[in-house]
Amino acid sequence: MRKDQNLGEYLRMQGVSRRGFLKFCSATASLMALPPSAVSQVAEALATARRPSVIWLSFQECTGCTESLTRSHAPTVESLIFDAISLDYHHTLQAAAGHGAEAAREAAMEENKGEYILVVDGSIPNGNNGYSTIAGISNYEMLKEAAANCFAIVAVGSCAAFGGLPNANPNPTGAVAVSDIIKDKPIINVSGCPPIPVVITGVLAHFLTFGTIPELDALGRPAAFFGQNIHDRCYRRPFYERGQFAETFDDEGARKGWCLYKLGCKGPTTYNACATLKWNQGTSFPIQSGHGCIGCSEPRFWDKGGFYDPISAGQWGSRDALLGAAAAGAALGVGSALAARARKKKAQAAEEV
Amino acid sequence: MSSLDTIPVCTEVASGNVEPLLHEIRHALQRLAEGKEGTVIDLKRLPLAPGEEERIEATLGTGEVRAEIDALGPTLIQETSYPGVWLITHKNADDVVVARFVEVTYIPELLRSQQADIDAGIDRLEDELKN
Ligand code: SF4
Ligand code: SF4
Repeated sequence: MRKDQNLGEYLRMQGVSRRGFLKFCSATASLMALPPSAVSQVAEALATARRPSVIWLSFQECTGCTESLTRSHAPTVESLIFDAISLDYHHTLQAAAGHGAEAAREAAMEENKGEYILVVDGSIPNGNNGYSTIAGISNYEMLKEAAANCFAIVAVGSCAAFGGLPNANPNPTGAVAVSDIIKDKPIINVSGCPPIPVVITGVLAHFLTFGTIPELDALGRPAAFFGQNIHDRCYRRPFYERGQFAETFDDEGARKGWCLYKLGCKGPTTYNACATLKWNQGTSFPIQSGHGCIGCSEPRFWDKGGFYDPISAGQWGSRDALLGAAAAGAALGVGSALAARARKKKAQAAEEV
Repeated sequence: MSSLDTIPVCTEVASGNVEPLLHEIRHALQRLAEGKEGTVIDLKRLPLAPGEEERIEATLGTGEVRAEIDALGPTLIQETSYPGVWLITHKNADDVVVARFVEVTYIPELLRSQQADIDAGIDRLEDELKN
């Protein structure tokens, strides 16, 4: 797609009919978690959308986020979104390397000053900057330089959003999140280890469609995807309400698909879209496959106690006493979502101290 | 190694969302019949247990009209056994479902010929006849 072309013209040139375009808009609206009634607005905006420049920096990361993205399940629709942005630098995906690649990054930054979107995956070592460098430039320096003239930053993955695994105790590299370093730009945290691929594309589609920052939650995450916790949208929830818990991974409760709370499910304190968008071409998500949520989209999930310990045991004192309380609360039909939110707020407050 | 579909999966779990969804469709159909606007429901937004989407499909059944659109991958449009309730499945070129909607309307918008395509078609036919 040429830079001066809008998306409508580009799709027409590719032989995409108006019908095909409307289908693309329906799928994109669904991807952005917009109500189906918004399709006509999306169509109007997309038809005239210009192609934003995207610079993607990978710091201390495992490449899982890029892997997740390149495995997104809607090649036709999503590759169109990718064609529709100009991915000017992504050192894992691009063919160029070394100084040539850095020169291309600098040229794209200069050409799109104030307008490009900076995507970052990975945390930034802030103890000794020498821990991670690209073409001899430290991650810290490269982030500072690239952020200076960007329109907004998308921190992809829990590492860029919250420090993630590199930041886990004892944090040998002094890893920090993008938001710990950059204070003067809008930052959209697309957390998850890795994030759900369609959430990454959904955020890019939002930029493409509206050219604005989506509505964010208190942790800077797009509310459309992180506005509800896993527990609120979990199909096992009726079992939780009735106090029917699997006690081991192979007991009768597990076989009957009961709630995984006692096996360590962090769904009640985890905000993400897994329960509806699901993984692997929308096939399933961990809880559907019989394993609790490990809370990968929340800050410091790695240090919040054992993955197989109930939330109560990890954060709020004695395991048995609290399990008893949780089960009684469930049996009484206590609003668990409210309780979960209170717990989350408490956890955040505790972390901020 | 056994294939994935030989692994037994518990499918008797109920999210409690199927009946409310069917009622939502009933209300939407009543509104349509009263001359009010149609409704589109995004099926991928609802938390459903394994097997529940199939249950919804089975309850709605299949009606008289079935159409396939070939645009950016196949789209299946099926009128259900309840006239006015359509199941629309958008797939990509790899035959993977990318979006699924229940549309309560007289005729889904996507089935109509689109003005822009008609205009392009006139140009093509004119060119064809000139040669
Ligand atoms: S605790 Fe986990 S398995 Fe149980 S209802 Fe909540 S999210 Fe689902
Ligand atoms: S279910 Fe929980 S741990 Fe698993 S991917 Fe989703 S948020 Fe992360």
